[in-house]
Amino acid sequence: MTQNLQFDDAGRLRHLLTIEGLSRKSILEILDTAESFISVGQREIKKIPLLRGKTVVNLFFESSTRTRTTFEIAAKRLSADVINLNVGASSTSKGETLLDTIRNLEAMHTDLFVVRHAESGAAHMIARHVPAHVHIINAGDGRHAHPTQGLLDVFTIRRHKGAFGKLKVAIVGDILHSRVARSQIQALKALGVAELRVVAPKTLLPMAVEKLGVHPYTRMEEGLDGVDVVMMLRLQRERMQGALIPSEQEYFNLYGLTPAKLALAAKDAIVMHPGPMNRGLEIDSAVADGPQSVILPQVTYGIAVRMAVMALIMGGSGEPAGGRR
Amino acid sequence: MTVALDIDTAMTRMVEELRPRLKNDPLMVGIHTGGVWVAERLHRLLEFKEPLGTLDISFYRDDFTRIGMNPQVRTSHLPVNVENRHLILVDDVLHTGRTIRAALNEIFDYGRPASVTLACLIERGGRELPIEPQVVGEHVKLGKNQHVKLLGPDKLELRIQEANG
Amino acid sequence: MGLVIKSGRLIDPANGVDGQKDLYIDDNGFVIGVGKAPPGFKAKKTIDARGKIVCPGLVDLRARLREPGLEHKATIESEVHAAVTAGITTLCCPPDTHPVIDTPAMAQMIQSRAWRFELTFIHPLGALTQGLEGKRLTDMEALDEAGCVGFTNALAPITDTLVMRRAMEYAATLDLTVFLHAEDPWLRDGGCVHEGEIGTRLGLAGIPEAAETVGVARDLALIEQTGCRAHFCNLSSGRAVAMIAEAIRHGLPVSADVTAHHLHLTEHDIGDFNTQCHVQPPLRGMRDRKALRKALKSGVISAICSDHQPHEPDAKLAPFAQSGPGISALETLLPLTLRLVDDKLLTLPEAIALLTHKPAEIIGVDTGQLGVGATADVCVFDPETRWTLTENTLVSRGHNTPFLGQEFRGRVTHTLIGGKLVFEL
Repeated sequence: MTQNLQFDDAGRLRHLLTIEGLSRKSILEILDTAESFISVGQREIKKIPLLRGKTVVNLFFESSTRTRTTFEIAAKRLSADVINLNVGASSTSKGETLLDTIRNLEAMHTDLFVVRHAESGAAHMIARHVPAHVHIINAGDGRHAHPTQGLLDVFTIRRHKGAFGKLKVAIVGDILHSRVARSQIQALKALGVAELRVVAPKTLLPMAVEKLGVHPYTRMEEGLDGVDVVMMLRLQRERMQGALIPSEQEYFNLYGLTPAKLALAAKDAIVMHPGPMNRGLEIDSAVADGPQSVILPQVTYGIAVRMAVMALIMGGSGEPAGGRR
Repeated sequence: MTVALDIDTAMTRMVEELRPRLKNDPLMVGIHTGGVWVAERLHRLLEFKEPLGTLDISFYRDDFTRIGMNPQVRTSHLPVNVENRHLILVDDVLHTGRTIRAALNEIFDYGRPASVTLACLIERGGRELPIEPQVVGEHVKLGKNQHVKLLGPDKLELRIQEANG
Repeated sequence: MGLVIKSGRLIDPANGVDGQKDLYIDDNGFVIGVGKAPPGFKAKKTIDARGKIVCPGLVDLRARLREPGLEHKATIESEVHAAVTAGITTLCCPPDTHPVIDTPAMAQMIQSRAWRFELTFIHPLGALTQGLEGKRLTDMEALDEAGCVGFTNALAPITDTLVMRRAMEYAATLDLTVFLHAEDPWLRDGGCVHEGEIGTRLGLAGIPEAAETVGVARDLALIEQTGCRAHFCNLSSGRAVAMIAEAIRHGLPVSADVTAHHLHLTEHDIGDFNTQCHVQPPLRGMRDRKALRKALKSGVISAICSDHQPHEPDAKLAPFAQSGPGISALETLLPLTLRLVDDKLLTLPEAIALLTHKPAEIIGVDTGQLGVGATADVCVFDPETRWTLTENTLVSRGHNTPFLGQEFRGRVTHTLIGGKLVFEL
């Protein structure tokens, strides 16, 4: 069960593989910790010695400069040593199994692997096979989960909108293929959001999506009506090849976030996007750069959230001392 | 058991010993949580013009690997640039000296002060690092299993606790 | 002069036998008496079957032995040894070996390899098209002569509907049975789990129920057109079962089987990407499992098979979608079927029929029954023994099964092939 895999025997977070299985309390603990790390990024010396001497390896089987860079910045701000491995070009393409790659790296005394892989379940598989002192953060596995993105998104919502209990949130875009959407949904459900909607054409809505606790909509006009948070998803252009949507123009007409569509939401609704944005495809520049957009702050929050996750995972497992000073 | 320590007496002693040091225009910095409560009172009594700085040393503790993150982290706030300034660092209880070591490391990540003077309300023995205070409210002798804790923030009170086995 | 199996409960559904009857076997390996010793019979060997069930040796309609071509997973030798410990005396292997069984030489090679061990009989299924490529027909007459008991394109879809029609017509000409894995390859779209709640939550590409029903619909229409006798393998959805039931009611010459694991597992068993539950067709929902179980009772499905697919450990140590599908299933065929008896879905004779004479009829082989004159392929099992499936108890080279660590009730104690005791617990 994921719950046991992510937590050690003492109930401390050992890996972050998915938001599923994290209690509301655990999620809030991560958000609170992230809050304290925001100030670190505002100092002259943006470093604290928390993870000094620890080695963090960014193991990216699927290329992503953005995500990898934010993890790198986060680790460095905690004074950890960071190694970046783009595995696509190296061993596994020579036929080395995923587990052998991990074992070779372990022999180099790594404390934390940040793993991104094109296949759902890859991070789970790795976490099942590493020794007790090695930690795994899932930076995205196939369509399954991108937990740090889900966490930074709820962090953003909390910062800009406050308590979750009254919020109506809409996630718009390619839900079918999106690990970001799945993690966002899990986080928002765990935090007790009032109403959670997904908006997409039927071709981009997964089967039985209501079982995740969301209301599916196929029209923006209904889906965005009165929502407090609009979370846009990136559309990959390859989806046109798969007969999932006809053309960029039609997608933008129906599902692109324009000022007119945004006006359907609550007056003070915020607009979010995990990036990178396809301007003119899923979002209009006027909205992306407009006053309701919190897309740029999301990036800053992403670093603080990832610092928080790393610090919580790598922290010790003993009882907090009685305050020996 | 509440110690028959008179906090007011201790505070008064600190104020008297700090007054001469005001001449090099120092900044006051308190260490969360007890140190900030003490520093707020000293800051007011000595009529400091510039705002009080506060430090949360959670990120600089030397026992992170053993005990992990404390989710109750407050942020450090140094509103005035410490570069080349004389600092008065205030804490409630000085014991092993590790908190002060962490606080010094953190201060130096903000800048290079001209000097740091350590002022603590209670000094008890048991130092594990070569750190000594310049200003002390009260020296106290305690057994190995005893801890002294400052309670606040409105009415300050000192309590001695036996550590659990 | 021969062998007697004494004091057991003899269950031989083909001949309507269920009761305390001794079984008498002659020196040549044939049954010469049931219940009463034939005159002049002297037993050279006696097997005490007190408290046990004596039934025909099990007939498994689909088991992959991995030889030739995938010997790193398993071999004919390792797997027939596993089969006899599981009471399986006859099995069919699909033609998707490397090279494919599309020539008489290949069909003969596999059978003679098996004969050397004098254990389980292997009846190969011949390829329906050359190289399983779905384009050109194979020499079905020659393959039939060489021992193939049916023809299939295994898991390689025949996308050209015209080729499928012609293949069925040709098979019908020679009165041969076609074994179908009905699935529309485009709707399958590289999926690896049932398209539903679990697939959505885990972010795994789903195979919709429609992939199976569209495939079944197409094949049923062609069966009706061509009059070809067909057997649907590995049904996984309730909808497909309903379509087959309708076809049978209309008098079409069709039969169907189900794997033992599809009668017990559903998509929920995948949990956190348990690759041991990666199978083709996928494990579907609770409603589908219920429909498959009901179909056994109603007779729409007339055989339970293992669909045995042994793998080396690395094949399952990969992210779910990249892991090799399939379960090492010979040794759980009988135990999982007996669980259906414990669940009160089937009586013991009904369960045994689904593993013996009914599959035998589908492949047209004279086995699966123990009347006088039958070949003495016998399975003796203790229905009360509790045992746990572990890496140590598994005889197959494949240890890939989600049932590892589970306790079962009922264990094979003796297996006889042609009157010879080939396995004793």
